[in-house]
Amino acid sequence: MSRIFEMARLMQGNEAVAEGALAAGVRFFAGYPITPSTEIAEIMAERLPRLGGKFIQMEDEMASLAAVIGASLTGQKSITATSGPGFSLMQENIGFAAMAEVPCVIVNVQRSGPSTGMPTAPAQGDVMQARWGTHGDHPVIVLSPASVREAYDITVRAVNLAEKYRVPVILLMDEVVGHLREKVVLPALGEVEIINRPAPSPNVEEYSPYLPDENGVPPMANFGEGYRYHVTGLAHDEQGMPANDPKVLEKLLLRLHNKINYNLPDILFDEALYLDDAQVAVLAYGCSARSARRAVKEARAEGIKAGLYRPITLWPFPEQRVLEVARCAHTIIVPEMNLGQYRLEVERVVRERACVRGVHRVHGELVEPGDILAAIREVV
Amino acid sequence: MRELERYLRIEKFPHIWCPGCGNGIVLGSMLRAVKRLDLDQDQTVIVGGIGCSSRAVGYLDFNTLHTTHGRAIAFATGIKMARPDLKVIVITGDGDATAIGGNHFIHAARRNIDITLLLFNNSIYGMTGGQYSPLTPVNKKATTAPYGVIEPSFDIAELARVAGASYVGRSTTYHSSLLTGLIMEGIENKGFSLVEAVTACPTAYGRRNSMKDGLEMLLWQKENAVQIQQAKKMNPEELAGKIIIGRLHSQAAPEYTDMYEQLINRSGFQTGGTMVTPLKGTQRG
Ligand SMILES: Cc1ncc(C[n+]2csc(CCOP(=O)(O)OP(=O)(O)O)c2C)c(N)n1
Ligand code: SF4
Repeated sequence: MSRIFEMARLMQGNEAVAEGALAAGVRFFAGYPITPSTEIAEIMAERLPRLGGKFIQMEDEMASLAAVIGASLTGQKSITATSGPGFSLMQENIGFAAMAEVPCVIVNVQRSGPSTGMPTAPAQGDVMQARWGTHGDHPVIVLSPASVREAYDITVRAVNLAEKYRVPVILLMDEVVGHLREKVVLPALGEVEIINRPAPSPNVEEYSPYLPDENGVPPMANFGEGYRYHVTGLAHDEQGMPANDPKVLEKLLLRLHNKINYNLPDILFDEALYLDDAQVAVLAYGCSARSARRAVKEARAEGIKAGLYRPITLWPFPEQRVLEVARCAHTIIVPEMNLGQYRLEVERVVRERACVRGVHRVHGELVEPGDILAAIREVV
Repeated sequence: MRELERYLRIEKFPHIWCPGCGNGIVLGSMLRAVKRLDLDQDQTVIVGGIGCSSRAVGYLDFNTLHTTHGRAIAFATGIKMARPDLKVIVITGDGDATAIGGNHFIHAARRNIDITLLLFNNSIYGMTGGQYSPLTPVNKKATTAPYGVIEPSFDIAELARVAGASYVGRSTTYHSSLLTGLIMEGIENKGFSLVEAVTACPTAYGRRNSMKDGLEMLLWQKENAVQIQQAKKMNPEELAGKIIIGRLHSQAAPEYTDMYEQLINRSGFQTGGTMVTPLKGTQRG
């Protein structure tokens, strides 16, 4: 059986997401069709029942994420996939999942906006929406792959992180990676690391649904297993019951953030290329990182000390790593298919330690290697 | 009430409802239904939306889920899909289920998914202080309809029926034992069941519409409710403004999670089967 996975095959990014989710143990998908994410739903509709899992096409995106959360509460690893406008509609229940600490993965294959924008044109305009789209102060984990094989691996990781930390994890793709076809060799199923949500002690009577363990994450009982407890999006105490006490809310919100903040080494993934002596660093993610890699290599060929820093975990923001990049490089170039959403965050962190330059494209076409190379040449 | 205490999180009382509010009566009817059916608390999930009535889930000792406004049915759909063996009951208000949640309502009915929806119809948005809902009768007053509502209201029971619900019942808090019976039938029905409970909100609705307290509102229900058998003999003029109560619709129909199980079998699933990626024309090597 695992032999099939060892074979090289041509695969699309969206397909890799579906395969990664299944490999990670996802057995529930609820969604609503939207370009350019729809292939994920289509593949799940075909594959899930054959694995004994469930697929449902809901009436809209609010319902989709609601159903995903409901299924997750019964113990089923659950996922949805959407694009820009649908992602906007999901924000309400992303907040719910963050507050009630229900593991789930939301794939957003970004398309250009605002509004319905250009449905099939690539963009990276949802970086801030992924971070701050829902109301209130809440933690998020946002991962962004740059290749088809990585889409597979990062989906597995997204599912694992969601379960481990009981958070909604956003897989922020872009149309280029989603629709790209590349030759990939998938790992054998036995090699895929699978992490399950922390389970409570068998003593049902003693269960406090929101009492954290030393990791800051409360063990999670599934509905129907004999632990009867209350789940709500309201501020709640460790029993899960609504509470109006400001101290309870503050303690809850700080814990929600800290369970992420205290585990950064486990959550932050990135890639570095030629950074050791780089005087000019390009900081790029997703499809823009593909162009950036080429530009950096060409710059090196010209004798320019250029390097690439590629955050795979976009949020939480990899502050320490970016500061390290700024320690060596005098300039950081941030190419993005938006008008500077992530660049502003880089500027906030590096301040006067390095110069930050953006290369921004919002016309629905890629940032090309030449655009980035030109910017590199300009600053050396 | 004593006999129902095992279903309550007694330590969470007192409840938040106003004096004279009908929500406690609806809840009592529901718990009596649960008791008579001897439902297993561990295998029953109760889902609420947002609103006064939906807050009841916090007082109930089951697997309980208090969701986002209007989305209770959608959350419940995920639960039922993932675990068809669990009993799933949704309690929501008229605003929650028919305004913001109207789309989820008709689609759950269309799928005929095995969920029992207990809709607390107090004709108003209670929790936000008395704005009109899609079920506020024409000409009645609300904070956002100071001159009277001009929008026709839904007959939510009829809407559920035409959308595909396999069981529809309606009662009032005055007729609480009928309500218990309807809820029992709804829970036992394999498919989507709507039980509409006409309840009194003296604070946000009655006061503004010349019914000063809960008692007066109960008496109004008594005067204006007509049993379905009786209603069949009455003409439309006689029925104007009346509340028709009883089992309004019951018709067996294929249930969604059942059909999905059949789909799983058709798809070639074998228990204990391994995960095999289908190789399409695109594979190499
Ligand atoms: C998305 C969203 N919009 C609005 C609200 C505000 N809100 C809270 S309860 C409520 C109305 C509830 O009315 P109903 O469902 O009739 O329940 P009742 O309080 O009357 O039992 C509204 C509009 C909200 N919580 N969320
Ligand atoms: S506002 Fe109305 S529905 Fe809400 S608790 Fe008071 S009486 Fe009951």
